[in-house]
Amino acid sequence: MADAERVPGFATLAIHAGAKPDPTTGARITPIYQTASFVFDDVDHAASLFGLQAFGNIYTRIGNPTCAVLEERVAALEGGTAGLAVASGHAAQVVVMHALMTPGDEFVASKKLYGGSINQFNHSYKNFGWNVVWADPDDIASFEKAMTPKTKAIFIESIANPGGVITDIEAVSKIARKAGVPLIVDNTLATPYLCKPFDYGANIVVHSLTKFLGGHGNSIGGMIVDGGNFNWTRKGQYPMLSEPRPEYSGIVLAETFGNFAFAIACRVLGLRDLGPALSPFNAFLIINGIETLPLRMQRHSDNALAVSEWLSKRPEVLWVSYPGLAGDKYNALAKKYVPKGCGAVFTFGLKGGHEAGVKLVSNVKLFSHLANIGDTRSLIIHPASTTHKQLSDAQKVQAGAGPDVVRLSIGLEDKDDIIADLEEGLTAA
Amino acid sequence: MNHDAYPDSYIRGILNSVKTIAMVGISPNTSRPSYFVFKYLLGRGYRMIPVNPGQAGKDILGQAFYAKLSDIPEPIDMVDIFRASEHVMPIVQEALTLKPKPQVIWMQLTIRDDAAALLAEQAGIKVVMNRCPKIEYGRLSTEISWIGVNSRTLSSKRAQILGKGVQRMGLGTPKD
Repeated sequence: MADAERVPGFATLAIHAGAKPDPTTGARITPIYQTASFVFDDVDHAASLFGLQAFGNIYTRIGNPTCAVLEERVAALEGGTAGLAVASGHAAQVVVMHALMTPGDEFVASKKLYGGSINQFNHSYKNFGWNVVWADPDDIASFEKAMTPKTKAIFIESIANPGGVITDIEAVSKIARKAGVPLIVDNTLATPYLCKPFDYGANIVVHSLTKFLGGHGNSIGGMIVDGGNFNWTRKGQYPMLSEPRPEYSGIVLAETFGNFAFAIACRVLGLRDLGPALSPFNAFLIINGIETLPLRMQRHSDNALAVSEWLSKRPEVLWVSYPGLAGDKYNALAKKYVPKGCGAVFTFGLKGGHEAGVKLVSNVKLFSHLANIGDTRSLIIHPASTTHKQLSDAQKVQAGAGPDVVRLSIGLEDKDDIIADLEEGLTAA
Repeated sequence: MNHDAYPDSYIRGILNSVKTIAMVGISPNTSRPSYFVFKYLLGRGYRMIPVNPGQAGKDILGQAFYAKLSDIPEPIDMVDIFRASEHVMPIVQEALTLKPKPQVIWMQLTIRDDAAALLAEQAGIKVVMNRCPKIEYGRLSTEISWIGVNSRTLSSKRAQILGKGVQRMGLGTPKD
């Protein structure tokens, strides 16, 4: 692979990127470097590492060789310049915003996001003085209207959880570029196998690794990927990157680290000081999951399409919201952004309302009733009786969690078994 | 040479063959990128010679500053330019008068002068523009992978450890 002109394909990168054999032992599988710290050669080596003058490992809160393989792997799959692994998808969002925002700043976010992100932005961020302004992904002009001189970023999801909303990434990226702010895309549901947001003008990608990248429901983790395509040097706009940093004796990160400066800022200012480091053991499990990502995502998508088609013909079902279905509101955007498939997660409505939803989740035997997505197993949840129980009926409807709504995350089982289980659940008294 | 995309073998060949590097425009300010690159390459075994007319007579990390390239009393394998693009041409012209001529002229990230590059290439000198030798060394030796950077390299061969001590990697052979 010395030939730089040959660009490896996605499946090759999913297995090899970032993971050469261990230089000291020859171990072919990435070892779990389960250590808090790393020894220095001498005082000068230590000083060089702490001063960011040398590449290397100091302390696992700042970096770890197992986590680093995961970082390079995901960065390569997304087509970014660098990655930073953190403890969860939520942590990824906090670390990104910490690098971009100062108290009193605003960011514009799609109002159709994963509910956990809506909560984090609406409530937790208030304590930092970071103010979210909501825009409607079905009305792209609303993003432009929401921009003010205080806006520091735009945040969207490629495929939104749970409603199957596909955002026109390219259209939003034009608004971000015009305003001179970065576009952040949560690419958790699509994964880079189905969609690469950097190809459409995104500047930063975030992930919950817990879902399809890890893919086996065994580890919580998050990832930040730097697109390397944003100019951070504009004076005063992003002081973490453009101003001399007192934490590092006056280094200007944007000048020192070229096109991966954002990932470095997230690591040496955000992760170092906020502290949500990923466990090397979790990184190991997630790396192993990623090796089969292309195979899994295709099967997830193919199964989900078959199940959604079957459900849309059932007498008990009022509607199915899956962008892969012909006639779905987002089908045209799906053909552009996720042509290989629309992923595993979708919602549908039951004619029998709340009671029918409760009955279904109780009667299924293959589907697991739990609050997660992106497992090899098929998963089911009735949001109105669980994750969204505390909301009023009106709030539930607005959040896409009305009393009749059931959310599925279709697994990798045989599709006939998945369908048979749903049929039994729907028809059982 | 296509200066938009260099093959890894070209960059590795340069970094494996040069031994003495004159860095033009190195700042004595230890927070500046030029100091980082100078210190890093010194630590990877290169003979580093700082060139900055305002610092002549002083030294940095034990290496004596020279005012200009032609003042250096020993052969130079590579000239690494840390000056803005508009200042590149006279530096290249001066480098072409050295005896022996340097084998390589390298311009740092964001620095590019195609006319100066052509002049050097016509004199048989290899040119790299808009790249950082520290980043390229880190990328090809795998060291930069420790900080999550996409090295854009794949290999089923072990990376080489450089000398004694920990956390220092070598460049390996072009086959790797």
